[in-house]
Amino acid sequence: MAEITILEAVNLALARALEEYPDVVVFGEDVGVNGGVFRATEGLQKQYGTERVLDTPLAETMIAGMAIGMAAQGLRPVAEIQFMGFIYPTIEQMICHATRLRNRTRGRITCPMVLRAPYGGGIHAPEHHSESTEAIFAHMPGLRVVIPSSPLRAYGLLLAAIQDPDPVVFLEPKRIYRMMKQEVPDDGEALPLDVCFQLRDGTDVTLVTWGAMTHETLQAAEQLEAEGIGCDVLDVATIKPLDMETILNSVAKTGRCVIVHEAARTCGVGAEIAAQLAEHGLLSLFAAVQRVTGYDTIMPMFKLENDYMPSTERIITAVKKTLEEA
Amino acid sequence: MTNEEKKCIAKFEIHYTQLLNQAGERVGPLPEFAASYETLLALYRTMVQTRTFDSKAIALQRTGKMGTYSSSLGQEAVATGIGHAMLFEDVLLPTYREYAAQFQRGVAMSEILRYWGGDERGMAYAEQPHDMPITVPIATHVPQCAGIAYAMKLRKEARVAVCVLGDGATSKGDFYEGINLAGAWQLPMVVVVTNNHWAISVPRKVQSHAQTLAQKAIAAGIPGEQVDGNDVIAMRHVMSNALEKARSGGGPTLIEAITYRMHDHTTADDASRYREQAIVDEHKRLDPIDRLRKYLIANHNWDDTKEQALHDACAADVEAAVNSYLDTPPVPPESMFDYLYETLPDALQSQRDEVERRGKQQKGGD
Repeated sequence: MAEITILEAVNLALARALEEYPDVVVFGEDVGVNGGVFRATEGLQKQYGTERVLDTPLAETMIAGMAIGMAAQGLRPVAEIQFMGFIYPTIEQMICHATRLRNRTRGRITCPMVLRAPYGGGIHAPEHHSESTEAIFAHMPGLRVVIPSSPLRAYGLLLAAIQDPDPVVFLEPKRIYRMMKQEVPDDGEALPLDVCFQLRDGTDVTLVTWGAMTHETLQAAEQLEAEGIGCDVLDVATIKPLDMETILNSVAKTGRCVIVHEAARTCGVGAEIAAQLAEHGLLSLFAAVQRVTGYDTIMPMFKLENDYMPSTERIITAVKKTLEEA
Repeated sequence: MTNEEKKCIAKFEIHYTQLLNQAGERVGPLPEFAASYETLLALYRTMVQTRTFDSKAIALQRTGKMGTYSSSLGQEAVATGIGHAMLFEDVLLPTYREYAAQFQRGVAMSEILRYWGGDERGMAYAEQPHDMPITVPIATHVPQCAGIAYAMKLRKEARVAVCVLGDGATSKGDFYEGINLAGAWQLPMVVVVTNNHWAISVPRKVQSHAQTLAQKAIAAGIPGEQVDGNDVIAMRHVMSNALEKARSGGGPTLIEAITYRMHDHTTADDASRYREQAIVDEHKRLDPIDRLRKYLIANHNWDDTKEQALHDACAADVEAAVNSYLDTPPVPPESMFDYLYETLPDALQSQRDEVERRGKQQKGGD
């Protein structure tokens, strides 16, 4: 079996969904003939036709609204927003309609849609192409926000998102789109949503992260291992709703926690995790919870993007701080 | 270069339909359906019932038995024509003044009262599986309508999606994005702009310099036309034609229905702050119900006895709906969790438990 990238795994999952479910429709800007600006939908229109893989007019509000209408009629729309920086026109549709349709109609009409978007910094992209604003969506009741961090999880979680009976925002960490390769069996098997994935077992400190930051976090864990510090690394994967049980169990074991995310610190998802650790896990903590995050600034253009994003070194420093405290 | 010297490459016209004038007199040949007394009576009854419902709903709000309510007074013919022309399997995406259409499509009056009474169960529509609930944010349902229409087209169903919005909504990007897609993809879709002259306090003229709102369709490459929205026969006729065209693969249409908002924006509004009562009174002579009544009197022996019997029947139906509304069992507090997702995520279980526990404690304390 050939090894594939995250990007290829996304493509494989979309093809699998189009193949298995006649109600799946894939659309967005440039997703048809061009196969998407990152090529996530490459070849799909050719294989599944222009009725099920569509180029839309350039209008993000309309893309989200259209997905809601399709979902309300029982289709399974998978809409692409080209970059997360262009996702904001969809917010009204998502918060006022997609997330509320089941609730408003007492289950009479549902909204099984997926809104995909590449997100995050680190690819030297132009302005508005590098932000991590997943917390905006994580704040919306009725929504799922799912972020894969490996080819296997991209495939399994995207299939899960498409199968899910409720709306899902699926954010793809584009910096690691082509960074690693894995064997991904095209077996149509979905991975579970709403649970963390343990990427590394350790007993000294819990590292909680998601998306592209799993890369730096695992690197930090590797280096710390060499110094005799064992890290339990968790990929949250579904940041809404949160699997706090797994995080709390890990912290009960380690007594220390460092949360790593690329997004700005204030009101980031890390704040929610830290708050819940304080509420439910305070007595197992030996040290204050640390956050290693983007700063509360505008995401700088690419000359400074590496100064903004958490580095392996910043993560190691934070881990050592939790060890010094107790 | 002057315009005379430039080559004209495109010309557009906007047509207007009125079949009955304000005196209820025929001003053009009537469509076939208007020969049927039963059909005219059904249209008349829906309008009278909606107005009876409307005044009762306002009374419920004024006496503290219901929350804010938006009246459809004076606009009944628009939604009556829409609802009568649609097939049950079509999909309606209404805003908050299309009660007449909703009632004809199986939505119960008691459900609308529950909705304005602050209860989501008022959007469950026991007898209407397809229609979207009332859309409160402005024009957000136009792109949704396009998505619904695309689903119908993809499945090769002979169905049409219909969205209704106000004059103010045509200033929003969502409106344009939706009709643009309808045109680009030739979707089975009808967009009705109910031009009631007011977006809360902002008059139509302040909203847009466009001579008509119907012409906004032209930029999207779809036909747009105007109709006298207080002439229910014209409204029903224009709507039927647009639906038929969409149903047979002819693409979308935008209809601008000219009417007038006779009441405040909602019961929370006071229109005397921004418009003279004299202007409103002038529009009374255009009333859609009076117009059809005059036609029925002149052509179908309609009389005071029949009029009274109809009003009594509508009042009885409304009273039954009000009683059903007032007898609605309380909403269990924990139900706020029960339709959030198909299955409640574990992360929310403790919050639901807390609400359920507190609900039981409060009940016990009564």
